Amino acid sequence: MHRAGWLLQLELPSNPELLSVVRSAMMRLTEELGFPAGECRALTRAVDEALANIICHAYHGRPGQPIHLLCRRTEVRAGGKERTGLEIVLIDRGAAADRKNLRGRPLEDVRPGGLGLHFIQGGVDVMQYQRKARRNRLRLVKYLPAARPEPRIAKGK
Amino acid sequence: MQISARPMDKTTILDISGDIDLAHSSELRRIVLIEFREKRTPRVILNLLEVNYIDSSGVASLVEGLKASRDVGSRLILFGLSPIAHEVLQLSKLLTIFEIYDTEEKALEA
Repeated sequence: MHRAGWLLQLELPSNPELLSVVRSAMMRLTEELGFPAGECRALTRAVDEALANIICHAYHGRPGQPIHLLCRRTEVRAGGKERTGLEIVLIDRGAAADRKNLRGRPLEDVRPGGLGLHFIQGGVDVMQYQRKARRNRLRLVKYLPAARPEPRIAKGK
Repeated sequence: MQISARPMDKTTILDISGDIDLAHSSELRRIVLIEFREKRTPRVILNLLEVNYIDSSGVASLVEGLKASRDVGSRLILFGLSPIAHEVLQLSKLLTIFEIYDTEEKALEA
């Protein structure tokens, strides 16, 4: 696996008003990396929902708490083929996530709430949660389709 | 997000613009619930033509509004969904539980 330098780093407070700013940044970044339009929307939605979960559940709605968002290109070799993707890491210092809530709920159960995790899982190929040193670390990875357009952002060293 | 109300005979149209996300969905929820629970409006129509984005909290507000409408025997109708809003309801498997129309005229005729 090869990881390039960070393409985007954001330090933001846990304020819901800033979610639209992050959505704009993620949409532009995924477009520049060459993701198809539907996947740009799905990936942006996944990051938006992950941030909303941090604000609501890790920080219990308290504004002004720190969230660190990192994005970088990642490459893995699987089955003799190299796959390029976008790795997104979200770090916060809030309460630990309850692992049993990381499974989502059946969509047939029509009720408010519980959709966010479904949107996150639906938008990425990899979702990994880790609690370490009193911090939550959520890692999301989305791979570009095999027959992809040439990314417009040059490969980093 | 901005919401303005157009009360008509037995119907209120709520014109919504902007994003229905974590920052704003509680306001939409509050206004829709007032229409059903306090004003007992028989029919509330949400104009989503100017809504660019709906997140899961926005979807939850719509579902709560729908449940409130059913509790009091009223109707919640949506029209003018953008492709992104349509996509979110489709992913949530909620397209079939809402009354959805393309235009205000069709929503009013329903």
